[in-house]
Amino acid sequence: MPQLAGPTDPAADARWPDVQARKGFFTDTSICIGCKACEVACKEWNGNPRDGNLELLGSSYDNTGALGASTWRHVAFIEQGRERIEEARASGRALVDLGMPSVGAPGQAGPAAPASGAAPADPAEGAPVEGGQHPDTPEFRWLMASDVCKHCTHAGCLDVCPTGALFRTEFGTVVVQADVCNGCGTCVAGCPFGVVERRTDGTAGPRHDRGKPGRSGHGERKGEQPEVPNLNVAQKCTLCYDRLLDDQVPACAQTCPTTSIKFGDHADMVDQARERVAELHAQGRTEARLYGANDLDGVGGTGSVFLLLDEPEAYGLPPDPRVATADLPRMYQRAGLAAAGMVAAAAIAFLGSRR
Amino acid sequence: MTASDYDSVRPPDPPGGRRRGRGGKPRRAGWGGGDGAREMPMVPDAEFTSYYGRPVVKPAPWGPEIAAYLFLGGVAGGSAVLAAGAQLAGLDELRRNARLAAIGAVSLGAVALVHDLGRPERFLNMLRVFKPTSPMSVGSWILSAFSAGAGVAAAAEADRLTGERLPLGPLRPLLRAVEGPAGLSAGAFGPLLAVYTAVLLSDTATPTWNAAQGELPFVFVSSASLASAGLAMVTTPVAQAGPARTLALLGVAGDLAATQLMTRRMDPVAAEPLHEGRPGTMLRLSEALAVAGGLGTLLGGRRRWVAAASGAALVAASALTRFGVFEAGIASAKDPRYTIEPQKRRLAARRAAGIKDDSVTTAR
Repeated sequence: MPQLAGPTDPAADARWPDVQARKGFFTDTSICIGCKACEVACKEWNGNPRDGNLELLGSSYDNTGALGASTWRHVAFIEQGRERIEEARASGRALVDLGMPSVGAPGQAGPAAPASGAAPADPAEGAPVEGGQHPDTPEFRWLMASDVCKHCTHAGCLDVCPTGALFRTEFGTVVVQADVCNGCGTCVAGCPFGVVERRTDGTAGPRHDRGKPGRSGHGERKGEQPEVPNLNVAQKCTLCYDRLLDDQVPACAQTCPTTSIKFGDHADMVDQARERVAELHAQGRTEARLYGANDLDGVGGTGSVFLLLDEPEAYGLPPDPRVATADLPRMYQRAGLAAAGMVAAAAIAFLGSRR
Repeated sequence: MTASDYDSVRPPDPPGGRRRGRGGKPRRAGWGGGDGAREMPMVPDAEFTSYYGRPVVKPAPWGPEIAAYLFLGGVAGGSAVLAAGAQLAGLDELRRNARLAAIGAVSLGAVALVHDLGRPERFLNMLRVFKPTSPMSVGSWILSAFSAGAGVAAAAEADRLTGERLPLGPLRPLLRAVEGPAGLSAGAFGPLLAVYTAVLLSDTATPTWNAAQGELPFVFVSSASLASAGLAMVTTPVAQAGPARTLALLGVAGDLAATQLMTRRMDPVAAEPLHEGRPGTMLRLSEALAVAGGLGTLLGGRRRWVAAASGAALVAASALTRFGVFEAGIASAKDPRYTIEPQKRRLAARRAAGIKDDSVTTAR
């Protein structure tokens, strides 16, 4: 049985005879410009169909919505005013100070932060900071972040897959074999990040107009759509497994015009992420923090590391993800105890009511 | 600013300017920039505890078939246990009815399960591997092993019922020889069939199911016990249904206790979907029916019609428990609050307890 939790080299743990260096992304959201070229390149390379109905979602420039079966890169857009920026900066500082006795949980750190005082990064109460101190505008900021499958060290989707359709590659990534998957959907519930999804026909209404009465006029097909491949099976980012096998960079990283999406050996990615966050902290941007760079976390560290400028939940990321399988031995124990209890109850029932 | 020839045909800007977001919620004072000198937020001010209120985790793409399977698997497992007991105790009618109930329920359940797959024609792919980390894989093997035993035992009953008219030929003596061990085998796999679905649900990122992991197995075996015992009380005359009545009472007691314990030990926010909306109504009704069925069994279980009515109430109670738990989990995955709040709380609790090195978010 593979290791269920804690730090490990996932490819070696999966007993690959020729383990390659673990590959991963480092997505530096501080230099993302929200161009969505990664979304486009990903769809093009992987032949993913359109999903959704080209609707405007009313969430800034994000009309993609979320990662899904046909969306393996998703650019989030978040608009924040000064209060939010200050809160993010304070919660980031609380992370930096973690371990010092006076600091509480990051949630409570917001209002208390200005009192902690002497740091030169603190904007004066109520007055906007003019130039210099911070590279961003204090009244407003726009967070953009390209989200992707985390390729967890301990992947919930892979653990619970009953067919072996999901597997660990020699690069330490997690890939679905569409021709093996029978579409049971367990992986969808198993992912702590809400990444993998079962592919439906790709559009929200045109083909069969499933359900939703009264929306008949809604969403005529805009343009001919090609046949949807891999229908009704689980689909997610493969970290461009086909390209990795040919020593190529994944499509999203290749196309990213600002190098916000970096690709390489996982160890290098983590090192780069640490350098970058230190650099931003030195500039007074304490809101910067890393996500997934700690292999002691609930999923054993992620293959895709992120630099975020606010709390993870602001980006739609879970604040404390934990792979459910880490607790599976205990669940089996409890289930065994319960089953024994059922046998005992039946024994009492038959022995107690003997004629 | 205008650089295109087509600008001349563009309609004039509506009053208030373009790009003001929908709904026109008044902006908070103090944000400034209304003169257009600075960039303005397009969307109304929102609480950024989540990303536009969108879910963090995805709900399992499972329909009511899966909830039905949870129920039918429980009925089948419990019935096989009853049949095995009746076989050993020499209660022929109870044994026959319970065996037929087991094969009926497990067949319906398997059909529901396969029907809910995205690619039903590939359901056998689940039997190409045995994966202990996947409760679904373990469960498909339990289901197969259970069905083999229950099928043979039920075939023997069907043969007897039809006056040995099944075209078995020389296989009839063989069937007679193996039906006993087959019935016991189904009885052994029965509790596993009834309980593994609890692990299947809990071993996910679905907040309510995952948070219920400690007690859900006990809820499920209790529910399976009272449902299968209830069904036996409906199908079997009171003279032979004594063990079923006792099992029903034990099941009701276990169900009430385990459900109480489960909701109390869970994170209060993760437990909310079990109390609210349709799942909450179903679970309350389930509890009421379980109590009613239990009282009926206790006070009037030796009268045929009271036993049948109580049994039916218990079967319904079990179905409602399974549908309630199932739908509560799906609801919990659809609202980011149920993912984010318990996670933030447990992270803060670990930090308060001095564990500061295991956060997914780090400063360096």
